[in-house]
Amino acid sequence: MASVEMTRHLFRFFPQLQDQKITVPGGSVANVIHAVESMAPGFSHYILDERGALRRHVNLSINDSIVIDRKTLSDRVPEDGTLFIFQALSGG
Amino acid sequence: MSNLIMLGTRKGTVIIDRINGTWQARAINHPGIPVCYAARDPRDGTMWASLDHGHWGPKLSRSRDGGITWEDVLTVNYPDGARYIAQVLPTPDFDPEAPVGEPSYADATVYKIWNLAFGSDEQPGRIYAGTIPGGLFISDDGGDSWELNRPLWNHESRGGDLFAGDASSDNQWGGTPASIDYGVFEPGIHSISIDTRNPDHIHVAASSAGVIETSDGGKTWLGRNCGMTNDYMPNPEPEWGHDPHFIARCKGQPDHLWQQNHCGVFYSADGAKQWKKVSMPDMGVHFGFPIAADDKDGRTAWVVPAVADSERMAIDGGLFVARTTDGGESWQTFRDGLPQQNAYDIVLRHGLDVAGDAVCFASTTGNVYVSEDRGEHWQCIANNLPPVYSVRFA
Repeated sequence: MASVEMTRHLFRFFPQLQDQKITVPGGSVANVIHAVESMAPGFSHYILDERGALRRHVNLSINDSIVIDRKTLSDRVPEDGTLFIFQALSGG
Repeated sequence: MSNLIMLGTRKGTVIIDRINGTWQARAINHPGIPVCYAARDPRDGTMWASLDHGHWGPKLSRSRDGGITWEDVLTVNYPDGARYIAQVLPTPDFDPEAPVGEPSYADATVYKIWNLAFGSDEQPGRIYAGTIPGGLFISDDGGDSWELNRPLWNHESRGGDLFAGDASSDNQWGGTPASIDYGVFEPGIHSISIDTRNPDHIHVAASSAGVIETSDGGKTWLGRNCGMTNDYMPNPEPEWGHDPHFIARCKGQPDHLWQQNHCGVFYSADGAKQWKKVSMPDMGVHFGFPIAADDKDGRTAWVVPAVADSERMAIDGGLFVARTTDGGESWQTFRDGLPQQNAYDIVLRHGLDVAGDAVCFASTTGNVYVSEDRGEHWQCIANNLPPVYSVRFA
């Protein structure tokens, strides 16, 4: 199973994800985010726009590699990998 | 008299109650989240806030218990296939002699839910939302689901039906600087005004396009920019490309519409078929963002003027409100209770509202002023708030 870790700022909106180890089946980044959506309805709207593209000021990485495909989220998260979700530092 | 004011601010939703004659702000809702518009549905009391998250995308938030609890409403979304002709701000290497290229298309996504309007009593559940990049969304179930108004989105002034294929006409809508924060330069609908006599008769205003009218519930739309001037353009009277900052309608005399435009204050007594510039620059009444119309008398309106347009702050450091009661033939300015030295407040397009004899405005400097005598005398009811984007009586 792949792990998902995220900025604590998202726990404000999705407290059900706080203080737990989030594990989902590995696969594309899109699949991983949709798996988190099933645990926390509305989650993907915070991360993706209605086209399924990554929001402009959100960054993802798989382990320590920044996700490249921000439009269709096709990068693969391995079964032993971790998807990190964090805010892009894009303003003061 | 209304006893409740809702503010959308840079750092959340502020609700101000009038208790025993004193206006008192509650603890902030949505703390830390930009709220570009907040209002209460007069039909059922539902409170709405348009959240403009810096990172997490635009969303609506709804409270059905008077602001105690709020829930996300995530359903204002462009449908698959919605596209627009992308625009770009000219860059230093812009070559005006270069041949015009083929239009570049972009898939539409909501950048900002800029404005909300509530339907008539005969249309319970009907709510309108205006967005950047220039879409009008309509809900008929109290906001649970929303649908893009396609006739306006597909209007020939925007290139025609881009769901069906490439553009069949030129795009004549310009972008709004308010979109630049999102990395684009696209238009936005910031004003939605419904005729109280006929809910199928609606005017919307978009920057930078102008005023657009439907008389058949949104099936067809017509530009209504006759008499408008675009003083900074080579052609000052184009059909499109105008920059209304806000339009307001008199509820009791719905043919009377007011417009604060980049290029002045404009008034129409015939449902926007013909606009007339009613600025008085010598009095400072010309540039600004908000405008409000009286509920009963269509010839009465208020503005909060500012220095145009490279400075965008109070004129000569003194804040004032101007009111006309004769359709803009003359204006009175009121300063009593407003700061007259070292005031640099600017009031944004949704930052002024009127309800009966009460008038309220708030500024990006975080000050909120109320008049209970139609704008003649003012009291400051809050300081040190975050920059205020919207003011609406409930």
